[in-house]
Amino acid sequence: MQLLKRFFDGQRPHFEPGGRLARYLPLFDAIETVFFTPAQTTSGGPHVRDNLDVKRFMTLVIVMLLPHLFFGIYNTGYQALLAYGREPQLLASLLIGLLHVLPMVLVTYAVGFFWEVLFAVIRGHGMSEGLFVSCMLFPLTLPPTTPLWQVAIGISFGIVIGKEIFGGTGRNFLNPALTGRAFLFFAFPVRMSGDAVWTATRVAGENAVDAVTAATPLAVAALTPANTGPIEAALDSAGYGFWDLFWGLYPGSIGGTAAWLCLIGVTALCLMGIANYRIVLGGVLGILATGYLFNALATDGGNPWLGLSPFYHLVMGGYAFALAYMATEPVSGPDMDAARWVYGFLIGALTLLIRVFNPAFPEGAMLAVLFMNLFAPLMDHVVVQMRLRKRMVNV
Amino acid sequence: MENLISIFLNSVFVGNILLAYFLGMCSFVAVSKTLNTSVGLGLAVVFVLTITTPANWLVYRYLLAPGALAWAGLPNADLSFLKFITFIAVIAAKVQIVEMVIDRYSPTLYSALGVFLPLIAVNCAILGTALFMVERHYNFAEALVFGIGSGVGWLLAIVSMSAIRQKMRYADVPKGLEGFGITMITTGLMAMGFMLFSGITL
Repeated sequence: MQLLKRFFDGQRPHFEPGGRLARYLPLFDAIETVFFTPAQTTSGGPHVRDNLDVKRFMTLVIVMLLPHLFFGIYNTGYQALLAYGREPQLLASLLIGLLHVLPMVLVTYAVGFFWEVLFAVIRGHGMSEGLFVSCMLFPLTLPPTTPLWQVAIGISFGIVIGKEIFGGTGRNFLNPALTGRAFLFFAFPVRMSGDAVWTATRVAGENAVDAVTAATPLAVAALTPANTGPIEAALDSAGYGFWDLFWGLYPGSIGGTAAWLCLIGVTALCLMGIANYRIVLGGVLGILATGYLFNALATDGGNPWLGLSPFYHLVMGGYAFALAYMATEPVSGPDMDAARWVYGFLIGALTLLIRVFNPAFPEGAMLAVLFMNLFAPLMDHVVVQMRLRKRMVNV
Repeated sequence: MENLISIFLNSVFVGNILLAYFLGMCSFVAVSKTLNTSVGLGLAVVFVLTITTPANWLVYRYLLAPGALAWAGLPNADLSFLKFITFIAVIAAKVQIVEMVIDRYSPTLYSALGVFLPLIAVNCAILGTALFMVERHYNFAEALVFGIGSGVGWLLAIVSMSAIRQKMRYADVPKGLEGFGITMITTGLMAMGFMLFSGITL
């Protein structure tokens, strides 16, 4: 530690104003703060004394996302082997998954890092670990077959348009990872939806024609014809019982399928005070309330989606992931407690609405979060105004 | 009844006049700086749309549409080529009335809206709604609901936009994008969020 400290202190003058490398101060700062808490303090009050700075805050989220990455790698390989009718062994699954997922993650980080450094150096703002979280979230929301150039375009859009032009982390109003994801969804709809994209079938040395990809649970549910009994039975016979969905070994986005990991991750984040439990509970309530309302509306000959138990909705598709890691993002979500409940609730309700009633999109979680991001500032404003009005009476 | 509800929801969310058709952008970009003003302008637009769309419907149905003048003994007359200029005249007249009413009852709102209130007369969202109404062959009740829905959709868009802009006061936008540039980009991102509803058939 002493050695490191001496090294950094020795290098610092080069990066200070007037130094040879002054332009690259943000880069130096970013590396130094990995090892040491910064020595600078704010000059004017109020002060918050906490070791949980943005760097530690964001790093904890990444730590929580790593299990999703590992599980996603395993699941990608597992599904690929299943599609070829092979026995999905652990090691083979991991290797094949690694082959697909690792390039996507690396491209995301390389491109995202490039934009962040470019903006930080030219505009002189500090670098922030928000980037690492965005770059970790982004590939996890993609289908494992996404071509790498699309990964690069998507993360570029997310980082530059979603965040950097607003001044970097903390100033954006949309979740950058989701912005990039939604952009890809609308720009390349063929690569982002349909049955074929959710299972990686580029296994080396195999003929892709032989692969039989399975439909995602959302596609199974959406295609269930009316009058065939409860939709749960259709899902069960496709191999998607409640617990199958909960454990997450089914085709889907890379990191979004494991509901149990989301549950663990979001609980930990809430306990550490990083995610806000109000948004999460609001989201669960939103699904349950809307789901039961739809159940009450369901008829025998009608849309079979309506009759699906809301608990299935909680664990299928990308909802658990979106609620745990996207909706709870502190920058783009609301800051007032009352607004947080409503925000979470509406994300749940909108997700169900899109799944059940919108034939254009199989999954609504991503867009529901993005849509509610738009209204977070407004909800904050309304709550503040209501509080102010309450206060005026006592004056 | 179900039909009316679906037209309303359709015009607020699915086919939002601003974020799906990009009509009424000029006042949207200019006035969304502060929340209170944009609520005021939004409500004014809702009000103007609510009264002009049915009025234009009546004018079109009984004066302009092909065969509309049958009641005057002219079954072959087709004045629909006049619809643009007539609709604008009707809208302008109504806006004058609204302006006088606001001036009388809320001088603060009147001065806050400033030049934009008369500009409602040429707000493309208003004319666009009237033209969509003709295009889609709505009846009177449908036209009324469509007018209200379009207005509410516009209000929703401008209010959330101005809340976002309030939050963006802390943003550090590159020099070349300050002001209108970043507002247009924000509008584009909002439109992407609203695509959530595209594809819903009501």
